[in-house]
Amino acid sequence: MSESFTDAASGVPWEAAEALPRGEATARVDHIVVLGLVPPGARVLDIGCGDGSLLALLRDRRGVDGRGIELSREGVNACLARGLPVIQGDADTDLANYPDDAFDVVVLSQTIQATRNPRIVLEHLLRIGRQVIISFPNFGHWRVRAELALRGRMPVTEIMPETWYETPNIHHCTIRDFVGLCRDVGARIEKATALDARGRPMRFSMPWWFWNLIGAQGVFLLRRGGERR
Amino acid sequence: MDSTLTQNAERGAETVQREDARRAVYEASPASDPRSPVMLFSADEPLAMDSGARLGPFQIAYQTAGTLNAARSNAVLICHALTGDQHFAQPHPVTGKPGWWETLVGPGKPVDTDRYFVVCSNVIGSCMGSTGPASLNPETGRPYGLDFPLVTIRDMVRAQAMLLDRLGIPDLFLCIGGSMGGMQVLQWASLFPERVFAAMPIATGARHSAQNIAFHEVGRQAIMADPAWEEGRYLEAGTRPSKGLGVARMGAHITYLSEPALHRKFGRRLQNRAAPTFSFNADFQIESYLRHQGLSFVERFDANAYLYLTRAMDYFDLAEDHGGVLGNAFRASKTRFCVMSFTSDWLFPTADSRAIVHALNAVAAPVAFVEVESDKGHDAFLLDEPAMFSAAKGFIEAAARARGL
Repeated sequence: MSESFTDAASGVPWEAAEALPRGEATARVDHIVVLGLVPPGARVLDIGCGDGSLLALLRDRRGVDGRGIELSREGVNACLARGLPVIQGDADTDLANYPDDAFDVVVLSQTIQATRNPRIVLEHLLRIGRQVIISFPNFGHWRVRAELALRGRMPVTEIMPETWYETPNIHHCTIRDFVGLCRDVGARIEKATALDARGRPMRFSMPWWFWNLIGAQGVFLLRRGGERR
Repeated sequence: MDSTLTQNAERGAETVQREDARRAVYEASPASDPRSPVMLFSADEPLAMDSGARLGPFQIAYQTAGTLNAARSNAVLICHALTGDQHFAQPHPVTGKPGWWETLVGPGKPVDTDRYFVVCSNVIGSCMGSTGPASLNPETGRPYGLDFPLVTIRDMVRAQAMLLDRLGIPDLFLCIGGSMGGMQVLQWASLFPERVFAAMPIATGARHSAQNIAFHEVGRQAIMADPAWEEGRYLEAGTRPSKGLGVARMGAHITYLSEPALHRKFGRRLQNRAAPTFSFNADFQIESYLRHQGLSFVERFDANAYLYLTRAMDYFDLAEDHGGVLGNAFRASKTRFCVMSFTSDWLFPTADSRAIVHALNAVAAPVAFVEVESDKGHDAFLLDEPAMFSAAKGFIEAAARARGL
């Protein structure tokens, strides 16, 4: 068991995220992390883009050609008002219609755990985008484990605030689980980082099992072309 | 001899009287007097049509609102639907009803006439002042009837482009329309990509479905089955195929609504009676409503124009025109699109809009898509739908900022 821990971690370039740019007080910290990963002028698809704040940030700071997919009409309307081309739709059904390599970067933020078929969604992301930035709540976080182990209850935390019967999150995974899925679909992990419960990047180097315990979110930069199992 | 001459003279006088009466009827009809500005195109500048016909002379009746700015960059073209007309923000000359899109267009509205110069023209082939089958054929001096060439959506768009040229409008800030109007918007973006900055096709499709063609065919057959249709020559015969056109409208009207909307409005309620009459009278409110829709429609619309315009929609298939790949229709496009559908629209269901969106995505055109929650069916785009207005306002204002308006 501990061997596969090490095995899964090998070759994963865990890094401390870049120092936060100054003067970004209004932007969400996890958005700043994404900002650091997107090259200027890239074509970006943000899936589950909400009110478009990340896309607007990327457009204004990085000059990207940003597109979005959002489920809620309120979100789509907010994006329209920002001048963002956003489609009302959902990751499970709409990704199949995008051509290969349509985007330089595809972003899926805090959404994969809410999809009906995370594996197919991830495969589409790798097909549509040359690079994939994906973040998700880590179900291996110590507080989650403690809730289950000590109280015997499904955890309710800052980034998973809904009770089990209300949550849209139907496919929870740990950072370790996600590394396994990347292997299964042939994704190469180019960068990986963990965020704390407040969404701030954890800036010290630790063995990867440590992130699986104390990281509240995992953020991965993927590219297709890893060996498929 | 004498008596024969007298008889002939009397017959001649009768004919003249009858023709005068018909002419008076014709001249009072919107086909000849649209009560809006009309742009005339001489025989030297004909409309080159998809059928191969060259239509000329011809005329386009149109309405405008707002003011064209000095840079000529704030023009909006509104494309009307099947039985619509140019009176988008003006009372209708026949019915006296308010302009058909005053919900969306006007001062302070999403299409703000205080900021934009808005143009709407009656499509070619229609009957509200633009040349169509009810217009007089200059070669014969009689109404065209079925001698009018078949019209396509592209012909409508070409005619609109000629009108804009005349009005001194180089390109459109926004091209917007629903249903058949949405088809024209798509055709505009495909045919003149450099002339359309932003496009809003609403409740429409890039092609007419088999089901929609089927409904149209039922309507056309109803018109043609009416003896008063006179093989399309009813204007000369002094008749009107009102029964047929009315039935066509009744059938079509059902497709513009939805089951929930019909249920909410009428249910199984009876019309001014406590019990069924055991007859074929209009016992149910829905029957009475449909009959009223049919009756009021025939007062304002020409039966042959209905044949031509339904046919134009049937023929529309933008993918077919581009090697079967819809994306190819928009390959050169820099236009920003906002596609909109309504959840209860079964005439142009959301899937039709999604097909447009996918095609635009495939060629990396900037496209937004909104599916508006509504139980009002296809007609929702003409009605008071705050969710549609807020989405349209957001898209149009952002586009205006991008254009520096």
